[in-house]
Amino acid sequence: MPNLPEPEIAREWLQTMILIRRFEERAGEMYARAKVGGFLHLSIGEEATIVGSARALRETDYLISTYRSHGHAIVRGTPPENVMAELFGKVDGCSGGRGGSMHMFDLSRRFMGGYGIVGGNLPIAAGIGLASDYRGSDEVTLCTFGDGASNQGTFGETLNLAALWRLPVVFMVTNNQFGMGTSLRRHSAVTDLQRKGESLGVPGLRCDGMDVLDTHRVLADAVQRVREERRPVLVEAVTYRFRGHSMADPEQYRSKEEVAHWRERDPIPAFGNQLVAAGIIDEGERERIDAQAIERVDAAVAFADASPYPAPETLYDDVYVLDAQVRGRYSTTTTPPPAPSRPSEIDGSDEISHQITTALQAGENASVGEDAS
Amino acid sequence: MAEMRYREALNAALREELRRDERVLLMGEDIGVFGGAFKVTDGLLEEFGERRVRDTPISENTIVGIGVGAAMVGLRPVVELMTINFSLLAFDQIVNHAAHIHYMFGGQVSVPLVVRMPQGAGHQLGPTHSHCLEALFLHVPGLLVAVPSTAADAHGLLKTAIRDENPVIFIEHESLYGVRGEVPDGDEHLVDFGRARIAREGSDVTIVGISRMAVTAERAAETLASDHGVNAEVIDPRTLRPLDLESIITSVQKTNRCVTVEEGWPHSGVGANLAALITEQAFDDLDAPVLRVTGADIPMPYSKPLEDISYPHEQQIVQAALTTLNLNGAPRAPARR
Repeated sequence: MPNLPEPEIAREWLQTMILIRRFEERAGEMYARAKVGGFLHLSIGEEATIVGSARALRETDYLISTYRSHGHAIVRGTPPENVMAELFGKVDGCSGGRGGSMHMFDLSRRFMGGYGIVGGNLPIAAGIGLASDYRGSDEVTLCTFGDGASNQGTFGETLNLAALWRLPVVFMVTNNQFGMGTSLRRHSAVTDLQRKGESLGVPGLRCDGMDVLDTHRVLADAVQRVREERRPVLVEAVTYRFRGHSMADPEQYRSKEEVAHWRERDPIPAFGNQLVAAGIIDEGERERIDAQAIERVDAAVAFADASPYPAPETLYDDVYVLDAQVRGRYSTTTTPPPAPSRPSEIDGSDEISHQITTALQAGENASVGEDAS
Repeated sequence: MAEMRYREALNAALREELRRDERVLLMGEDIGVFGGAFKVTDGLLEEFGERRVRDTPISENTIVGIGVGAAMVGLRPVVELMTINFSLLAFDQIVNHAAHIHYMFGGQVSVPLVVRMPQGAGHQLGPTHSHCLEALFLHVPGLLVAVPSTAADAHGLLKTAIRDENPVIFIEHESLYGVRGEVPDGDEHLVDFGRARIAREGSDVTIVGISRMAVTAERAAETLASDHGVNAEVIDPRTLRPLDLESIITSVQKTNRCVTVEEGWPHSGVGANLAALITEQAFDDLDAPVLRVTGADIPMPYSKPLEDISYPHEQQIVQAALTTLNLNGAPRAPARR
């Protein structure tokens, strides 16, 4: 019998993994119904890496992720309603509809974002770690990224610098076996990814990313080491994504048998079975947990549907922090631009692009949208 | 007022802001023990220690990214890139991250980061070490771009940049570091962004000079006055984002002619942008097309005689100004039928 955490904690881990799973399944459906645009990268199959690692953190620690980050927002406590609204591009989205699937963010919960550029979040994680170190706090930053990112320049640069400066960052490579459609053995000369930090002064650990208990055990160890020793650690979480890289992935690079093989190790039924076997939950409660997750996701969809789109007059909000130096929305001209019209009030797309082009020249006295009626 | 070199003014600004605000820290290649490749950070390690003045490995993209992350959680990092040429290695962090994080996360965090770097040709450093790239940064919404040409502006604009909540690309010029100028005393000498400096008043033609070219344009204006009886107005925008277009338009409404001068390449350059804006907003005031004086549209050659003719000098500015006034003897464009 594995070492299970306290029943309440174990139950919450299962609930959160199931919530992330049901959320993403529904997000995929919403994408198919064109409620969600752009790219949609699902982490179905990888839930144990998300919950097992995030639950090794304190609330004051930071988590920073990639473009596959719906679960990372949810595990930190961002309401699924706001995550779904972000997918829908609505004003109540956790990034105000500016970021979309790849750019979830929740400062209040120290979820420092999803990032669309492979490897782009590693230096930022080191910067957050530097700030913790600079202030003499014992906060730790957990930085997750994929196996593909371990080939980016920022991987080597950041691990070297984090080791050199003894920055409190846990780098977790979520090895889901593919950098988009290129398998690990075809994209990395060293496939034992935990060793990729060795030459940079960053020791490595590995966990079974299909097992939330093992993931948590190894990450808790890593977080404690980083917190106490003030130096980075690299953890490889070995996992598998059951769905395509994104929704536009015909999956010609892998066999159905391979996917089926990994699905037998689905972390959610596996952990549920452990809890049932240990008498922490019974089958009835397992079903109730699932039903509650589905209910919550229903509510998230209803919330996202009801949330309005951001108003056109907010188009230029938050490009800059407006203060003494940037006095208008866009300080390139002095002539107030014509107000952009709401798309529904304009006939042709040419007109829209014209309006946007004109609005780009808004000056310090700009009143973009104030006259929109 | 104190007379100091441009590099000393920058050093003073950094020193004053490090003393004033504990959140300010410096990072960059060889800025500490070595004292800075151009000695801008000379003596700061000794005064502030390794916690606040940090030598980094040669990892431009990551250095900028660490600055982004630290700025997101409340520090005020000033990153030095040894030269603007190496900023090309950091473009992902500058554009995809520093410039866009405030917007793409719905305004939840700001990135009060300053990235300092010098640019400029003239030292026979060839194609990879002679860039003038202000136009690349000007292109990106979310960035502020400063291009100081005097010691006083280097001092006041850098202090303002450090205090501002937005990411600032602060472009110095290698050939200006040794130039002396009067700098107002005091910790509170701040130069506002988006306020052009009228370097020389005049009534016949407006010359807008960017970065070092503001200095070259002033010299050209003296020649125009002494040799040609032309009274040129010289404007140094000081910052390209935000841009004080109002001062430029006001000047053009007076002179009815405009020449832009920059060292960077002509296509999609700062001058191209200015010409478009002036044409859009002051077309009826123009008596001649806006002319651009730019660097040559080539990778910078090493050989001295070739390098010398690859970036603008006083004489080209004089010629361009005279052309707008139909005074240079060049044949006029044939009338359209």
